[in-house]
Amino acid sequence: MGQGKFIERVLFLLALSAISSLVLITVFIFMEGLPLILQTGLKDFILSSHWAPTKGHFGIAAMIVSSLLVTLGALVIGVPLGLACAIVLAEFSHERVKTILKPTLELLAGIPSVVYGFLGVIWLVPLIRNYLGGPGLSLLAASLILGIMILPTVISISIDALTAVPALYREGSIALGATQWQTVRRVVLPAASSGIITAIILGMGRAVGETMAVIMVAGNALQLPTSILDPVRTLTSNIALELGYASGRHREALFATGIVLFVIIMILNFSATVLTRRR
Amino acid sequence: MSNPAKEDKAKARLGRAGVWGFWGILTLMLVAGGCQFGASDAHHSLVIAGSTSVQPFAEKLAEIFMHQHPKALINVQGGGSSAGIYAARQGAADLGASSRELVAAEKDLVEIPIAYDGIAVIVHPSNPITDLTLEQLRRVFQGRLQDWGALGLKPHPIHLITREEGSGTREAFEHLVMGQAEITPAALVQDSNGSVRELVAGDPYSLGYISVGLVDGRVKAVAIDGISPTPENIKNRTYELVRRFLLVSRTPPAGLGKAFVEFILSPQGQNILEAEGLVGMK
Repeated sequence: MGQGKFIERVLFLLALSAISSLVLITVFIFMEGLPLILQTGLKDFILSSHWAPTKGHFGIAAMIVSSLLVTLGALVIGVPLGLACAIVLAEFSHERVKTILKPTLELLAGIPSVVYGFLGVIWLVPLIRNYLGGPGLSLLAASLILGIMILPTVISISIDALTAVPALYREGSIALGATQWQTVRRVVLPAASSGIITAIILGMGRAVGETMAVIMVAGNALQLPTSILDPVRTLTSNIALELGYASGRHREALFATGIVLFVIIMILNFSATVLTRRR
Repeated sequence: MSNPAKEDKAKARLGRAGVWGFWGILTLMLVAGGCQFGASDAHHSLVIAGSTSVQPFAEKLAEIFMHQHPKALINVQGGGSSAGIYAARQGAADLGASSRELVAAEKDLVEIPIAYDGIAVIVHPSNPITDLTLEQLRRVFQGRLQDWGALGLKPHPIHLITREEGSGTREAFEHLVMGQAEITPAALVQDSNGSVRELVAGDPYSLGYISVGLVDGRVKAVAIDGISPTPENIKNRTYELVRRFLLVSRTPPAGLGKAFVEFILSPQGQNILEAEGLVGMK
Protein backbone atom coordinates (compact mmCIF):
# COMPACT_ATOMS: atom_id res chain seq x y z
CA MET A 1 0.00 0.00 0.00
CA GLY A 2 1.62 3.18 -1.17
CA GLN A 3 1.66 6.54 0.43
CA GLY A 4 -0.59 7.83 -2.31
CA LYS A 5 -3.33 5.37 -1.39
CA PHE A 6 -3.04 6.35 2.27
CA ILE A 7 -3.40 10.05 1.54
CA GLU A 8 -6.31 9.28 -0.76
CA ARG A 9 -8.04 7.53 2.12
CA VAL A 10 -7.40 10.34 4.56
CA LEU A 11 -8.80 12.84 2.10
CA PHE A 12 -11.79 10.59 1.50
CA LEU A 13 -12.51 10.50 5.22
CA LEU A 14 -12.20 14.25 5.50
CA ALA A 15 -14.60 14.66 2.60
CA LEU A 16 -16.93 12.22 4.27
CA SER A 17 -16.89 14.19 7.53
CA ALA A 18 -17.93 17.34 5.68
CA ILE A 19 -20.82 15.51 4.07
CA SER A 20 -21.76 13.75 7.28
CA SER A 21 -22.11 17.09 9.03
CA LEU A 22 -24.64 18.07 6.36
CA VAL A 23 -26.50 14.81 6.94
CA LEU A 24 -26.37 15.31 10.71
CA ILE A 25 -27.75 18.84 10.44
CA THR A 26 -30.54 17.76 8.12
CA VAL A 27 -31.55 14.81 10.25
CA PHE A 28 -31.40 16.92 13.41
CA ILE A 29 -33.53 19.76 12.04
CA PHE A 30 -36.17 17.38 10.79
CA MET A 31 -36.16 15.31 13.97
CA GLU A 32 -36.65 18.38 16.12
CA GLY A 33 -39.12 20.21 13.94
CA LEU A 34 -41.24 17.63 12.17
CA PRO A 35 -43.28 16.47 15.20
CA LEU A 36 -44.60 20.00 15.69
CA ILE A 37 -45.56 20.40 12.03
CA LEU A 38 -47.39 17.09 12.14
CA GLN A 39 -49.10 18.03 15.37
CA THR A 40 -50.15 21.49 14.22
CA GLY A 41 -50.92 20.33 10.72
CA LEU A 42 -48.88 21.53 7.77
CA LYS A 43 -51.77 23.69 6.56
CA ASP A 44 -52.20 25.54 9.85
CA PHE A 45 -48.45 25.94 10.23
CA ILE A 46 -47.87 27.42 6.79
CA LEU A 47 -51.16 29.24 6.16
CA SER A 48 -51.92 30.82 9.52
CA SER A 49 -50.13 33.99 10.53
CA HIS A 50 -50.96 33.81 14.22
CA TRP A 51 -47.59 33.30 15.92
CA ALA A 52 -47.76 33.16 19.70
CA PRO A 53 -45.69 30.08 20.49
CA THR A 54 -45.90 30.40 24.26
CA LYS A 55 -49.70 30.35 23.93
CA GLY A 56 -49.81 27.50 21.48
CA HIS A 57 -50.27 29.33 18.17
CA PHE A 58 -47.77 28.36 15.52
CA GLY A 59 -48.51 30.07 12.21
CA ILE A 60 -45.67 31.32 10.06
CA ALA A 61 -47.52 32.57 6.98
CA ALA A 62 -46.61 36.21 7.63
CA MET A 63 -42.94 35.27 7.95
CA ILE A 64 -42.92 33.23 4.76
CA VAL A 65 -44.51 36.15 2.91
CA SER A 66 -42.08 38.59 4.53
CA SER A 67 -39.07 36.44 3.66
CA LEU A 68 -40.20 36.31 0.05
CA LEU A 69 -40.92 40.05 -0.08
CA VAL A 70 -37.59 40.99 1.46
CA THR A 71 -35.84 38.69 -1.01
CA LEU A 72 -37.80 40.11 -3.92
CA GLY A 73 -36.92 43.62 -2.77
CA ALA A 74 -33.26 42.67 -2.54
CA LEU A 75 -33.37 41.31 -6.08
CA VAL A 76 -35.11 44.42 -7.42
CA ILE A 77 -32.22 46.47 -6.03
CA GLY A 78 -29.32 44.07 -6.37
CA VAL A 79 -29.89 42.47 -9.77
CA PRO A 80 -30.00 45.55 -12.03
CA LEU A 81 -27.04 47.06 -10.20
CA GLY A 82 -25.09 43.83 -10.18
CA LEU A 83 -25.85 42.93 -13.78
CA ALA A 84 -24.97 46.41 -15.04
CA CYS A 85 -21.74 46.26 -13.10
CA ALA A 86 -20.93 42.82 -14.50
CA ILE A 87 -21.62 43.89 -18.09
CA VAL A 88 -19.42 46.95 -17.76
CA LEU A 89 -16.60 44.99 -16.19
CA ALA A 90 -16.78 42.03 -18.54
CA GLU A 91 -17.49 43.77 -21.83
CA PHE A 92 -16.70 47.45 -21.75
CA SER A 93 -13.74 47.98 -19.50
CA HIS A 94 -10.03 47.75 -19.90
CA GLU A 95 -8.35 44.63 -18.55
CA ARG A 96 -6.47 46.71 -15.96
CA VAL A 97 -9.64 48.34 -14.62
CA LYS A 98 -11.19 44.90 -14.34
CA THR A 99 -8.30 43.43 -12.37
CA ILE A 100 -8.62 46.24 -9.85
CA LEU A 101 -12.41 46.55 -9.64
CA LYS A 102 -13.40 42.90 -9.51
CA PRO A 103 -11.47 42.01 -6.34
CA THR A 104 -12.64 45.27 -4.78
CA LEU A 105 -16.26 44.30 -5.37
CA GLU A 106 -15.57 40.85 -3.99
CA LEU A 107 -14.35 42.51 -0.81
CA LEU A 108 -18.00 43.45 -0.23
CA ALA A 109 -18.65 39.77 0.40
CA GLY A 110 -16.02 39.77 3.13
CA ILE A 111 -17.70 42.43 5.24
CA PRO A 112 -19.49 40.71 8.15
CA SER A 113 -23.25 40.96 7.95
CA VAL A 114 -23.45 42.54 11.39
CA VAL A 115 -21.54 45.51 9.98
CA TYR A 116 -24.12 45.93 7.23
CA GLY A 117 -26.83 45.71 9.86
CA PHE A 118 -25.10 48.25 12.05
CA LEU A 119 -24.70 50.71 9.18
CA GLY A 120 -28.35 50.13 8.37
CA VAL A 121 -29.49 50.92 11.91
CA ILE A 122 -27.25 53.94 12.36
CA TRP A 123 -27.61 55.49 8.95
CA LEU A 124 -30.34 54.04 6.75
CA VAL A 125 -33.10 53.55 9.32
CA PRO A 126 -33.12 57.16 10.60
CA LEU A 127 -33.10 58.37 6.97
CA ILE A 128 -36.17 56.30 6.17
CA ARG A 129 -37.88 57.32 9.42
CA ASN A 130 -37.27 61.03 8.86
CA TYR A 131 -37.92 61.29 5.13
CA LEU A 132 -40.39 58.53 4.31
CA GLY A 133 -42.18 57.95 7.62
CA GLY A 134 -42.95 54.84 9.62
CA PRO A 135 -40.62 53.47 12.27
CA GLY A 136 -37.70 53.24 9.83
CA LEU A 137 -37.08 49.60 10.60
CA SER A 138 -38.86 48.22 7.60
CA LEU A 139 -39.19 45.99 4.58
CA LEU A 140 -37.53 48.76 2.58
CA ALA A 141 -34.50 48.99 4.88
CA ALA A 142 -34.03 45.22 4.82
CA SER A 143 -34.35 45.09 1.03
CA LEU A 144 -31.83 47.88 0.52
CA ILE A 145 -29.26 46.32 2.83
CA LEU A 146 -29.75 42.86 1.34
CA GLY A 147 -29.64 44.29 -2.18
CA ILE A 148 -26.15 45.55 -1.45
CA MET A 149 -25.17 42.32 0.28
CA ILE A 150 -26.04 40.14 -2.72
CA LEU A 151 -24.06 42.33 -5.15
CA PRO A 152 -20.77 40.39 -4.92
CA THR A 153 -22.53 37.08 -5.60
CA VAL A 154 -24.49 38.45 -8.54
CA ILE A 155 -21.55 40.36 -10.01
CA SER A 156 -18.86 37.72 -9.81
CA ILE A 157 -20.99 34.86 -11.12
CA SER A 158 -22.40 37.06 -13.91
CA ILE A 159 -18.87 38.12 -14.93
CA ASP A 160 -17.83 34.48 -15.09
CA ALA A 161 -20.88 33.69 -17.22
CA LEU A 162 -20.18 36.61 -19.57
CA THR A 163 -16.49 35.85 -20.01
CA ALA A 164 -17.34 32.19 -20.69
CA VAL A 165 -19.09 33.26 -23.90
CA PRO A 166 -16.63 32.43 -26.70
CA ALA A 167 -14.91 35.42 -28.32
CA LEU A 168 -15.96 33.96 -31.67
CA TYR A 169 -19.57 35.01 -31.01
CA ARG A 170 -18.59 38.60 -30.40
CA GLU A 171 -16.28 38.73 -33.41
CA GLY A 172 -18.97 37.23 -35.64
CA SER A 173 -21.52 39.75 -34.50
CA ILE A 174 -19.19 42.69 -34.93
CA ALA A 175 -18.12 41.40 -38.34
CA LEU A 176 -21.77 41.50 -39.36
CA GLY A 177 -21.84 45.20 -38.56
CA ALA A 178 -23.39 45.20 -35.06
CA THR A 179 -22.20 47.79 -32.56
CA GLN A 180 -20.61 46.66 -29.33
CA TRP A 181 -23.80 47.33 -27.34
CA GLN A 182 -25.93 45.45 -29.91
CA THR A 183 -23.48 42.58 -29.63
CA VAL A 184 -23.78 42.51 -25.84
CA ARG A 185 -27.55 42.78 -25.87
CA ARG A 186 -28.40 40.42 -28.73
CA VAL A 187 -25.56 37.91 -28.60
CA VAL A 188 -23.56 37.83 -25.36
CA LEU A 189 -26.41 38.24 -22.85
CA PRO A 190 -28.61 35.54 -24.40
CA ALA A 191 -25.63 33.20 -24.61
CA ALA A 192 -24.79 33.83 -20.96
CA SER A 193 -28.38 33.81 -19.76
CA SER A 194 -28.33 30.51 -17.87
CA GLY A 195 -25.21 31.61 -15.96
CA ILE A 196 -26.80 34.94 -15.16
CA ILE A 197 -29.96 33.24 -13.92
CA THR A 198 -27.76 31.05 -11.72
CA ALA A 199 -26.17 34.23 -10.36
CA ILE A 200 -29.58 35.63 -9.54
CA ILE A 201 -30.73 32.42 -7.87
CA LEU A 202 -27.59 32.19 -5.75
CA GLY A 203 -28.05 35.85 -4.80
CA MET A 204 -31.59 34.97 -3.86
CA GLY A 205 -30.34 32.14 -1.66
CA ARG A 206 -28.02 34.56 0.09
CA ALA A 207 -30.87 37.00 0.64
CA VAL A 208 -33.27 34.36 1.97
CA GLY A 209 -30.66 32.99 4.35
CA GLU A 210 -29.26 36.26 5.69
CA THR A 211 -30.11 36.74 9.34
CA MET A 212 -28.11 39.19 11.40
CA ALA A 213 -28.43 42.25 9.18
CA VAL A 214 -32.13 41.57 8.70
CA ILE A 215 -32.85 41.25 12.43
CA MET A 216 -31.19 44.60 12.95
CA VAL A 217 -33.04 46.58 10.28
CA ALA A 218 -36.32 44.79 9.54
CA GLY A 219 -38.13 45.53 12.82
CA ASN A 220 -39.27 41.92 13.28
CA ALA A 221 -42.99 42.67 13.68
CA LEU A 222 -45.28 39.69 13.20
CA GLN A 223 -47.90 41.22 10.94
CA LEU A 224 -48.32 40.87 7.21
CA PRO A 225 -46.82 44.05 5.75
CA THR A 226 -49.15 46.37 3.86
CA SER A 227 -46.51 48.87 2.75
CA ILE A 228 -42.77 48.83 2.17
CA LEU A 229 -42.39 51.02 5.25
CA ASP A 230 -43.93 48.36 7.52
CA PRO A 231 -41.66 46.32 9.77
CA VAL A 232 -41.45 42.62 8.89
CA ARG A 233 -40.05 39.42 10.36
CA THR A 234 -38.36 36.86 8.12
CA LEU A 235 -38.03 33.13 8.77
CA THR A 236 -34.36 33.42 9.65
CA SER A 237 -34.89 36.32 12.05
CA ASN A 238 -37.67 34.41 13.75
CA ILE A 239 -35.31 31.56 14.56
CA ALA A 240 -32.41 33.73 15.68
CA LEU A 241 -34.59 36.13 17.63
CA GLU A 242 -36.40 33.58 19.75
CA LEU A 243 -34.05 30.62 20.01
CA GLY A 244 -32.30 32.00 23.08
CA TYR A 245 -35.42 31.92 25.17
CA ALA A 246 -37.33 29.11 23.58
CA SER A 247 -38.02 25.81 25.27
CA GLY A 248 -40.32 22.86 24.70
CA ARG A 249 -42.78 23.26 21.85
CA HIS A 250 -41.65 26.80 21.17
CA ARG A 251 -38.19 25.42 20.43
CA GLU A 252 -39.68 22.73 18.18
CA ALA A 253 -41.63 25.43 16.34
CA LEU A 254 -38.39 27.26 15.61
CA PHE A 255 -36.85 24.09 14.22
CA ALA A 256 -40.01 23.67 12.15
CA THR A 257 -39.42 27.20 10.84
CA GLY A 258 -35.95 25.95 9.96
CA ILE A 259 -37.45 23.08 7.96
CA VAL A 260 -39.48 25.51 5.85
CA LEU A 261 -36.38 27.63 5.29
CA PHE A 262 -34.38 24.52 4.47
CA VAL A 263 -36.92 23.46 1.87
CA ILE A 264 -36.98 26.95 0.28
CA ILE A 265 -33.19 27.09 0.05
CA MET A 266 -33.00 23.52 -1.29
CA ILE A 267 -35.45 24.45 -4.04
CA LEU A 268 -33.34 27.51 -4.92
CA ASN A 269 -30.06 25.57 -4.98
CA PHE A 270 -31.60 22.74 -6.92
CA SER A 271 -32.94 25.06 -9.58
CA ALA A 272 -29.55 26.78 -9.80
CA THR A 273 -27.88 23.41 -10.35
CA VAL A 274 -30.39 22.38 -13.01
CA LEU A 275 -29.98 25.68 -14.86
CA THR A 276 -26.18 25.52 -14.76
CA ARG A 277 -26.21 21.99 -16.05
CA ARG A 278 -28.44 22.92 -18.95
CA ARG A 279 -25.74 25.27 -20.10
CA MET B 1 6.05 -7.45 -4.50
CA SER B 2 3.70 -7.75 -1.56
CA ASN B 3 1.07 -10.44 -1.68
CA PRO B 4 -2.47 -9.26 -2.37
CA ALA B 5 -4.11 -10.87 0.66
CA LYS B 6 -1.75 -9.09 2.98
CA GLU B 7 -2.32 -5.83 1.23
CA ASP B 8 -6.08 -6.24 1.54
CA LYS B 9 -5.77 -6.88 5.22
CA ALA B 10 -3.59 -3.83 5.63
CA LYS B 11 -6.11 -1.79 3.67
CA ALA B 12 -8.94 -3.02 5.84
CA ARG B 13 -6.97 -2.25 8.97
CA LEU B 14 -6.18 1.22 7.72
CA GLY B 15 -9.80 1.76 6.75
CA ARG B 16 -10.91 0.73 10.21
CA ALA B 17 -8.29 2.92 11.82
CA GLY B 18 -9.54 5.79 9.71
CA VAL B 19 -13.12 5.24 10.73
CA TRP B 20 -12.14 5.00 14.38
CA GLY B 21 -10.06 8.10 13.98
CA PHE B 22 -13.01 9.93 12.50
CA TRP B 23 -15.36 8.94 15.31
CA GLY B 24 -12.62 9.63 17.79
CA ILE B 25 -12.24 13.18 16.52
CA LEU B 26 -16.01 13.67 16.47
CA THR B 27 -16.30 12.45 20.05
CA LEU B 28 -13.43 14.68 21.12
CA MET B 29 -15.12 17.66 19.51
CA LEU B 30 -18.40 16.89 21.25
CA VAL B 31 -16.69 16.44 24.59
CA ALA B 32 -14.76 19.66 24.13
CA GLY B 33 -17.99 21.45 23.20
CA GLY B 34 -19.69 20.06 26.28
CA CYS B 35 -16.83 21.08 28.54
CA GLN B 36 -17.21 24.67 27.57
CA PHE B 37 -20.20 24.86 29.87
CA GLY B 38 -19.24 22.31 32.50
CA ALA B 39 -17.60 23.41 35.68
CA SER B 40 -14.14 21.95 35.76
CA ASP B 41 -13.53 22.39 39.47
CA ALA B 42 -16.59 22.27 41.66
CA HIS B 43 -15.02 24.22 44.50
CA HIS B 44 -13.43 27.09 42.71
CA SER B 45 -15.47 27.65 39.59
CA LEU B 46 -19.12 28.35 39.08
CA VAL B 47 -21.17 28.77 35.91
CA ILE B 48 -24.23 30.98 35.90
CA ALA B 49 -26.32 31.10 32.73
CA GLY B 50 -29.62 32.62 31.83
CA SER B 51 -31.62 35.80 31.64
CA THR B 52 -30.00 38.69 29.81
CA SER B 53 -31.82 40.99 32.24
CA VAL B 54 -30.03 39.40 35.19
CA GLN B 55 -26.71 39.03 33.41
CA PRO B 56 -25.26 42.54 33.90
CA PHE B 57 -26.11 42.41 37.63
CA ALA B 58 -24.75 38.90 38.03
CA GLU B 59 -21.55 39.98 36.28
CA LYS B 60 -21.16 42.91 38.64
CA LEU B 61 -21.72 40.68 41.68
CA ALA B 62 -19.36 38.03 40.35
CA GLU B 63 -16.66 40.61 39.73
CA ILE B 64 -16.80 41.88 43.31
CA PHE B 65 -17.09 38.38 44.76
CA MET B 66 -14.06 37.18 42.79
CA HIS B 67 -12.14 40.21 43.98
CA GLN B 68 -12.84 39.17 47.56
CA HIS B 69 -12.19 35.49 46.87
CA PRO B 70 -9.22 35.42 44.50
CA LYS B 71 -9.39 31.63 44.12
CA ALA B 72 -13.00 31.60 42.96
CA LEU B 73 -13.88 31.74 39.29
CA ILE B 74 -17.42 32.68 38.32
CA ASN B 75 -18.45 32.53 34.71
CA VAL B 76 -21.63 34.45 33.85
CA GLN B 77 -23.35 33.69 30.56
CA GLY B 78 -26.49 35.01 28.87
CA GLY B 79 -28.84 32.97 26.76
CA GLY B 80 -32.19 33.86 28.25
CA SER B 81 -34.32 32.77 31.19
CA SER B 82 -35.59 29.56 29.63
CA ALA B 83 -32.13 28.59 28.45
CA GLY B 84 -30.77 29.29 31.94
CA ILE B 85 -33.43 27.18 33.62
CA TYR B 86 -32.81 24.41 31.09
CA ALA B 87 -29.05 24.62 31.67
CA ALA B 88 -29.52 24.44 35.44
CA ARG B 89 -31.76 21.40 35.09
CA GLN B 90 -29.28 19.68 32.78
CA GLY B 91 -26.40 20.55 35.06
CA ALA B 92 -24.69 22.51 32.28
CA ALA B 93 -24.80 25.54 34.58
CA ASP B 94 -24.51 25.49 38.35
CA LEU B 95 -27.06 28.25 38.69
CA GLY B 96 -29.66 29.37 36.18
CA ALA B 97 -30.69 33.01 36.19
CA SER B 98 -34.33 33.77 35.46
CA SER B 99 -36.22 37.01 35.15
CA ARG B 100 -39.55 35.18 35.00
CA GLU B 101 -41.39 33.00 37.50
CA LEU B 102 -40.98 29.25 37.17
CA VAL B 103 -43.84 27.45 35.41
CA ALA B 104 -45.48 24.40 36.96
CA ALA B 105 -43.17 21.95 35.18
CA GLU B 106 -40.11 23.75 36.55
CA LYS B 107 -41.26 23.91 40.16
CA ASP B 108 -39.07 20.97 41.15
CA LEU B 109 -36.02 23.22 40.90
CA VAL B 110 -34.73 25.18 43.88
CA GLU B 111 -35.53 28.88 43.42
CA ILE B 112 -33.70 31.68 45.18
CA PRO B 113 -35.19 35.17 44.69
CA ILE B 114 -32.37 37.70 44.68
CA ALA B 115 -34.03 41.03 43.87
CA TYR B 116 -37.06 42.89 42.59
CA ASP B 117 -36.88 44.64 39.27
CA GLY B 118 -39.35 47.16 37.97
CA ILE B 119 -40.31 47.26 34.32
CA ALA B 120 -40.17 50.84 33.07
CA VAL B 121 -42.30 52.06 30.19
CA ILE B 122 -40.01 54.35 28.23
CA VAL B 123 -40.38 57.09 25.61
CA HIS B 124 -38.05 59.54 23.88
CA PRO B 125 -36.96 62.41 26.20
CA SER B 126 -38.58 64.94 23.84
CA ASN B 127 -41.97 63.25 24.29
CA PRO B 128 -44.08 65.45 26.62
CA ILE B 129 -46.06 62.52 28.05
CA THR B 130 -45.35 61.84 31.73
CA ASP B 131 -48.12 59.52 32.80
CA LEU B 132 -50.10 56.61 31.39
CA THR B 133 -52.79 54.57 33.04
CA LEU B 134 -52.40 50.81 33.08
CA GLU B 135 -55.55 50.62 30.98
CA GLN B 136 -54.13 53.00 28.36
CA LEU B 137 -50.89 51.01 28.29
CA ARG B 138 -52.82 47.79 27.75
CA ARG B 139 -54.86 49.31 24.95
CA VAL B 140 -51.73 50.66 23.27
CA PHE B 141 -50.01 47.28 23.36
CA GLN B 142 -53.18 45.54 22.18
CA GLY B 143 -53.04 47.72 19.11
CA ARG B 144 -56.42 49.32 19.94
CA LEU B 145 -54.85 52.71 20.58
CA GLN B 146 -52.39 53.45 17.83
CA ASP B 147 -51.91 57.19 17.79
CA TRP B 148 -50.28 59.64 20.17
CA GLY B 149 -53.22 61.94 19.35
CA ALA B 150 -55.52 59.68 21.39
CA LEU B 151 -53.28 60.34 24.40
CA GLY B 152 -53.58 64.09 24.02
CA LEU B 153 -50.39 64.72 22.06
CA LYS B 154 -49.77 65.83 18.49
CA PRO B 155 -51.25 63.14 16.23
CA HIS B 156 -48.63 60.69 14.97
CA PRO B 157 -48.64 56.87 14.92
CA ILE B 158 -47.07 55.27 17.98
CA HIS B 159 -44.01 53.19 17.12
CA LEU B 160 -44.52 50.35 19.54
CA ILE B 161 -41.56 48.20 20.58
CA THR B 162 -41.84 44.91 22.40
CA ARG B 163 -39.54 42.00 23.25
CA GLU B 164 -39.52 38.60 21.57
CA GLU B 165 -41.66 35.65 22.67
CA GLY B 166 -40.08 33.79 25.54
CA SER B 167 -38.20 36.79 26.92
CA GLY B 168 -38.52 37.10 30.69
CA THR B 169 -39.15 40.82 30.45
CA ARG B 170 -41.94 40.28 27.93
CA GLU B 171 -43.45 37.51 29.99
CA ALA B 172 -43.49 39.70 33.08
CA PHE B 173 -44.93 42.58 31.05
CA GLU B 174 -47.68 40.36 29.62
CA HIS B 175 -48.47 39.04 33.05
CA LEU B 176 -48.51 42.45 34.75
CA VAL B 177 -50.07 44.60 32.02
CA MET B 178 -51.77 42.56 29.34
CA GLY B 179 -53.59 39.92 31.37
CA GLN B 180 -55.22 37.60 28.82
CA ALA B 181 -54.82 40.06 25.95
CA GLU B 182 -52.13 39.56 23.33
CA ILE B 183 -49.55 42.10 22.24
CA THR B 184 -50.34 43.37 18.76
CA PRO B 185 -48.41 41.73 15.91
CA ALA B 186 -47.78 45.20 14.49
CA ALA B 187 -45.29 45.98 17.29
CA LEU B 188 -41.59 46.06 16.48
CA VAL B 189 -39.71 43.24 18.16
CA GLN B 190 -36.19 43.59 19.57
CA ASP B 191 -34.22 40.89 21.30
CA SER B 192 -32.65 42.73 24.21
CA ASN B 193 -33.30 45.50 26.72
CA GLY B 194 -30.37 47.34 25.19
CA SER B 195 -31.71 47.42 21.66
CA VAL B 196 -35.17 48.51 22.84
CA ARG B 197 -33.50 51.39 24.69
CA GLU B 198 -31.37 52.21 21.64
CA LEU B 199 -34.43 52.41 19.39
CA VAL B 200 -36.44 54.50 21.81
CA ALA B 201 -33.49 56.86 22.27
CA GLY B 202 -33.42 57.41 18.51
CA ASP B 203 -37.12 57.65 17.68
CA PRO B 204 -39.27 60.50 19.11
CA TYR B 205 -42.52 58.57 18.47
CA SER B 206 -41.58 55.26 20.03
CA LEU B 207 -42.83 53.52 23.16
CA GLY B 208 -41.18 50.48 24.72
CA TYR B 209 -40.49 48.77 28.01
CA ILE B 210 -37.21 47.74 29.67
CA SER B 211 -35.84 46.81 33.05
CA VAL B 212 -35.81 49.85 35.38
CA GLY B 213 -32.16 49.18 36.20
CA LEU B 214 -31.23 49.93 32.59
CA VAL B 215 -33.04 53.25 32.18
CA ASP B 216 -30.53 56.03 31.51
CA GLY B 217 -30.59 59.68 30.49
CA ARG B 218 -31.29 58.95 26.83
CA VAL B 219 -34.81 57.69 27.47
CA LYS B 220 -37.63 58.80 29.75
CA ALA B 221 -39.56 56.45 32.02
CA VAL B 222 -43.23 57.40 32.34
CA ALA B 223 -45.34 57.01 35.48
CA ILE B 224 -48.02 54.34 35.45
CA ASP B 225 -51.31 55.35 37.11
CA GLY B 226 -49.45 58.37 38.45
CA ILE B 227 -46.68 56.37 40.15
CA SER B 228 -43.10 56.68 38.92
CA PRO B 229 -40.79 53.65 38.90
CA THR B 230 -38.55 54.93 41.69
CA PRO B 231 -36.77 52.46 44.00
CA GLU B 232 -39.08 53.45 46.89
CA ASN B 233 -42.20 52.86 44.83
CA ILE B 234 -40.88 49.51 43.62
CA LYS B 235 -39.88 48.46 47.12
CA ASN B 236 -43.24 49.26 48.67
CA ARG B 237 -44.94 47.80 45.59
CA THR B 238 -47.04 50.88 44.82
CA TYR B 239 -45.47 50.78 41.34
CA GLU B 240 -47.21 47.83 39.81
CA LEU B 241 -44.88 46.58 37.10
CA VAL B 242 -42.50 44.63 39.31
CA ARG B 243 -41.04 41.16 38.85
CA ARG B 244 -38.58 38.97 40.72
CA PHE B 245 -35.10 37.95 39.63
CA LEU B 246 -34.41 34.32 40.52
CA LEU B 247 -31.47 32.00 40.65
CA VAL B 248 -32.42 28.37 40.16
CA SER B 249 -30.57 25.12 40.60
CA ARG B 250 -31.28 21.42 40.62
CA THR B 251 -30.18 20.90 44.19
CA PRO B 252 -29.66 23.47 46.96
CA PRO B 253 -26.37 25.16 46.08
CA ALA B 254 -23.29 23.95 47.96
CA GLY B 255 -19.67 25.03 48.11
CA LEU B 256 -18.90 28.04 45.97
CA GLY B 257 -22.50 28.27 44.77
CA LYS B 258 -23.72 28.54 48.36
CA ALA B 259 -21.09 31.13 49.20
CA PHE B 260 -22.03 33.22 46.17
CA VAL B 261 -25.77 33.05 46.91
CA GLU B 262 -25.09 34.05 50.51
CA PHE B 263 -22.98 36.92 49.25
CA ILE B 264 -25.81 38.12 46.99
CA LEU B 265 -28.34 37.97 49.82
CA SER B 266 -25.98 39.62 52.32
CA PRO B 267 -26.47 43.34 52.99
CA GLN B 268 -23.38 44.04 50.89
CA GLY B 269 -24.65 42.09 47.90
CA GLN B 270 -28.09 43.62 48.15
CA ASN B 271 -26.56 47.09 48.36
CA ILE B 272 -24.62 46.43 45.17
CA LEU B 273 -27.85 45.44 43.42
CA GLU B 274 -29.64 48.52 44.73
CA ALA B 275 -26.79 50.74 43.57
CA GLU B 276 -27.29 49.23 40.11
CA GLY B 277 -30.97 50.15 40.05
CA LEU B 278 -32.65 47.02 41.39
CA VAL B 279 -34.57 46.71 44.63
CA GLY B 280 -33.39 44.31 47.33
CA MET B 281 -35.41 41.48 48.83
CA LYS B 282 -35.48 42.85 52.38
